[in-house]
Amino acid sequence: MITLEWVYVVAGLTFAAFGILSLRDPENPKRLKNAAFWGVLAVSFLFGSYLGDLGNGLLVIVLVLLAGIGGLGQGKPPTTTPEERLASAQQRGDRLFLPALIIPVTALLGTLVLAKLEFGGAKLIDAKDPTLVALALGVVLALAVGAAWLRPPLLAPLQEGRRLMDAVGWAGVLPQMLASLGAVFALAGVGEVIGRLISEYVPLDTRFLAVTTYCVGMALFTIIMGNAFAAFPVITAAVGLPFVVQRYGGDPAIVCAIGMLAGFCGTLCTPMAANFNVVPANLLELPDRNSPLNGVIRAQIPTAVPLLVANILLMYFLAFRF
Amino acid sequence: MLVLLGIAVVVIGFIARFNPLLVIMAAALVTGIAGGLGPVETIEAFGKAFNDNRYITVVWLVLPVIGLLERYGLQERARILVAKMRGATTGRILTAYFVLRQISSALGQTKLGGHPQMVRPLVAPMAEAAAETRYGALPDKVRWRIRAHSAAADNIALFFGEDIFIAIASILLIKGFLEQNGIIVQPLDLSKWAIPTAIVALVIHGARMLWLDRGLVRELGEPAPAQPAAEVAR
Repeated sequence: MITLEWVYVVAGLTFAAFGILSLRDPENPKRLKNAAFWGVLAVSFLFGSYLGDLGNGLLVIVLVLLAGIGGLGQGKPPTTTPEERLASAQQRGDRLFLPALIIPVTALLGTLVLAKLEFGGAKLIDAKDPTLVALALGVVLALAVGAAWLRPPLLAPLQEGRRLMDAVGWAGVLPQMLASLGAVFALAGVGEVIGRLISEYVPLDTRFLAVTTYCVGMALFTIIMGNAFAAFPVITAAVGLPFVVQRYGGDPAIVCAIGMLAGFCGTLCTPMAANFNVVPANLLELPDRNSPLNGVIRAQIPTAVPLLVANILLMYFLAFRF
Repeated sequence: MLVLLGIAVVVIGFIARFNPLLVIMAAALVTGIAGGLGPVETIEAFGKAFNDNRYITVVWLVLPVIGLLERYGLQERARILVAKMRGATTGRILTAYFVLRQISSALGQTKLGGHPQMVRPLVAPMAEAAAETRYGALPDKVRWRIRAHSAAADNIALFFGEDIFIAIASILLIKGFLEQNGIIVQPLDLSKWAIPTAIVALVIHGARMLWLDRGLVRELGEPAPAQPAAEVAR
């Protein structure tokens, strides 16, 4: 059975390769730090399941200090010139898109087909997380096809991967760090305190005020947490269920469905939602990628605000009617 | 009340532009200790969560494939493709991607898009190329704005498409939460109420993406006559 642990080993080996290749990159003045950062991350992926909680915690602290003090450098892996790329694009044509499409198609087939395959009574893929296993399979397949067709130098896929990884830099582990912070917030009871504050100090005297408080509360708490999933149980337990549903008689399915979407409006506005808002700013090499309101977030706020208003109105007009 | 100090650390840290990884670690320690966990227990809790959440970072496995294809001209090919399309504008390309992404997410196929797989190698170069074909070389400011809008289109289409699918994480979370509170709902009852917001999102953001084209005209003047594809596909 192929499990997530296998995928972690493949990812760990990839990060280890990024680290080793960084070490040998004379163009990067901070090559030792880059090598150490990706090396430590590789240790987490390869051995994290055996290190224990304290061991993993200390590993994270090393990772944070490596990136947090002085930052990482940007390597210059060997690659092609713009002229060579244009010539290759003209020569190879639209077939260049095919290997890129192998990854999503494999992920699609993985969830639909591979997850159901069995060999001698054992499942081929661990059914809990078929998409990630399928994603890794797709990557391996796409690399095999690409290597057979394009005949790149042996290390080219890893060097090119490192080129992109260095463009993302430490922001690559930011989403995982924020998810972990969410876990500590939950353990310390941050949500309950916020929920109590809202229901004590915000007036919820009318149906419209209750709906508005619930939706705006979902958006604001999502902005703080970076994740509507973390905000949902807290704000719904504090305002959504006791006030909008129980006191004013809103339909629970409509209230919760639209309440979650109000939270998503918050996700669009916050650097805490790193994988959606910070990672692409790095991938696209935006100059303001480290600003709390980077270009991606600024492009999204003018949609998020009217959409939040729309969610308030939709909930107000639908939840008490159906 | 003291546990809210961690949130203050996050807000101040982000505004003061300290490295976000340091800010998060500091916020976790402050929150854990204020919540009565003790420093070692907090580090343990953070380490366990970090280890459990490794699946989030697995997405970088796609970088060697994308990088390899970029080496052989994937972005340039995407630009050539757009330069050949008559009537392709930045706003229309982004709107077309938005609609495809929203529909595929609504059918549960959330992995068919994404920033490393689609936006960086294909969507952003296509959106830029459409503007270049019309206006020639772009000022940096315009280029950054088009790139930011490419990422925004992916996010907004995903967020307001995926909840229409019945077996997506957020729908299951709502169902589980309501069940704990003694309310039984079917996933379909939840997901169908995501449709009105999905339509409003398409209308609002679609209009903004098409307005983006007008903004380009205002800033860069009327489009120049079409140029040969090879010249603009830099």
